[in-house]
Amino acid sequence: MTWLAWRQFRFPALSVFAGLIGIGVVLAITGPKLVGRTDYSDQDVLYGATILALYLLPAVIGVFWGAPMITRELEAGTHSLVWNQSITRKRWLTTKLGVGVPAAMVAAGLLSLAVSWWASPIDALASTQTEPGMLTRLSPVVFGARAIAPIGYAAFALVLGVAAGIVLRRTVVAMAVTLVALAAVLIVVPLLVRPYLLPPLEETVSITSSNITNITGNQSGVVEEIGVQNPAGVWVLANETVDPAGNVVSPLPDFVQNCMPKPGTQPPPHGSMQTCLAQLDAHGYHQRVTYQPGSRFWPLQWLELALFLALSALLTWFCFRRIRHLS
Amino acid sequence: MTVLRAQGLGKKYRRNWALTGCTLEIEAGHVTGLVGPNGAGKSTLLNIASGMLEPTTGTIEVCGGVPGSGPEQLAKVGYVAQNTPVYPGLSIEEHLRLGAHLNPGWDTALATKRIERLGLDPKQHAGKLSGGQRAQLALTIGIAKRPELLLLDEPVAALDPLARREFLQDLMEAVAEHGLSVVMSSHLVNDLERVCDHLVVLVASQVRVIGEVETLLATHHRLSGPRRDVETLPADQQVVSAKHTDRQTTVLVRTEAPILDPAWTVGQLSLEDLVLEYMSNPATARPALEVLR
Repeated sequence: MTWLAWRQFRFPALSVFAGLIGIGVVLAITGPKLVGRTDYSDQDVLYGATILALYLLPAVIGVFWGAPMITRELEAGTHSLVWNQSITRKRWLTTKLGVGVPAAMVAAGLLSLAVSWWASPIDALASTQTEPGMLTRLSPVVFGARAIAPIGYAAFALVLGVAAGIVLRRTVVAMAVTLVALAAVLIVVPLLVRPYLLPPLEETVSITSSNITNITGNQSGVVEEIGVQNPAGVWVLANETVDPAGNVVSPLPDFVQNCMPKPGTQPPPHGSMQTCLAQLDAHGYHQRVTYQPGSRFWPLQWLELALFLALSALLTWFCFRRIRHLS
Repeated sequence: MTVLRAQGLGKKYRRNWALTGCTLEIEAGHVTGLVGPNGAGKSTLLNIASGMLEPTTGTIEVCGGVPGSGPEQLAKVGYVAQNTPVYPGLSIEEHLRLGAHLNPGWDTALATKRIERLGLDPKQHAGKLSGGQRAQLALTIGIAKRPELLLLDEPVAALDPLARREFLQDLMEAVAEHGLSVVMSSHLVNDLERVCDHLVVLVASQVRVIGEVETLLATHHRLSGPRRDVETLPADQQVVSAKHTDRQTTVLVRTEAPILDPAWTVGQLSLEDLVLEYMSNPATARPALEVLR
């Protein structure tokens, strides 16, 4: 059975691995030149492309490996040929997944390894920066394109495609549904699940003119929020002003509305800003930064991998339940 | 010995019943033809017998086991589906390899000899085969698996008359050689007549008639004579159908006894006539006398 599963799977599998080799060659050529630099702004395109590649790979695996795995058999009627050999459907599905899931995980693992290596000088520099502009490897988008999390995505995408195929029975529909569902999961998890996989740290600091980074107002000129400098290399979940009781305040209290610079005006003289912010401190207002520290990168990676492998296991169980009733 | 026993078998698809209350017994060691109009439930019955479908109601026992219940059961039953599906991307050789990998009882010598005899190139991709060649390949896989029972669902429906004849002849030889039981559905009674020794006529999930082809032909008579009420026929003559004109009555009767009434002209019946009469007359009860003009 392994022979048949591999025989049917080899073309899509080799196509993807050929693409990965192409990416690997580009990274191997450009990678060594990145070491020891302090400015990577000329690498934006390639940097963005590597991240995109790691998100496209699970999509390709789900859509072109997973979805057609069962639907092609159903559409061609060959399921009635193979299910009437002396082998149960469960063993047939086990073998198909047994070939597909490891291949998906290896593909994602290799690509992630190559990209993580290529981007390691950039990530190292980013982890020492405190400006919000630089993406650390903990930031939501980059996190999913590094280390071991992509392995979980790939396994999940494949099983998702197979499950969609079993339920929908038609290749094109299953492909579309797989793509939409995968995108939804990859958006929802970083936004709603990952921040809380480990309890985030909180740091409350006084607001001074030396650590303030931004003042944000609404259209009528009311200052709604201000931000302070983040710790280096962390994933900031919230950067908000709190009153003495610990409640978030937005917009800021009246006594600072007038002394803050308005949008579109010249930066204020240094002294006036200092006295303005000193009022906040005097009234007991502080800035609270909620974040995941850089040291949590690996624990969060393992948790993310475990989460996606658990989701894959759930979908696999569902596939085995449904395959019995398929015809 | 019974190779297939169905009791009150039914299958529901969403809202429609494809098969209801089908009760049937098929003996081992025969080639049994399964005929019936479209929608009678032939394919559904064969699909359930092979384990492809799960019945909604009733029970079925095939070769002494529940269809599709495990590898041993699957090994006992061969099934060639309608349209004889094969993998278009795989060569003939690879199909045989597939069979060898997936069946413990695979007969490699038989398979390669058959492909050779059919004049097929083992390197050829199955997607490039003609309909007849594809059916032959599917049949080869079905036979080389060495099942006790081979189920064929309209295997010749898509073939031209010549390919059909070759396919059936080939099937006959295989059956004779390996002594397997075959249940085969078809619309084409002529084809069944060529290969089947038993016949089942299935109309709306119910067995209308079942038996040995020779016996069926010997016990069915078409009687024509002056107009009369079919109620006046002897009790041992079971009326299958009756037609009346102003002056004449034609009845199809089933009886073991010879026809003694001199008023009747006794006509010979072909198997196709017999099947069509059963298919077009759903009730076994004697129809009321009515005039057809």
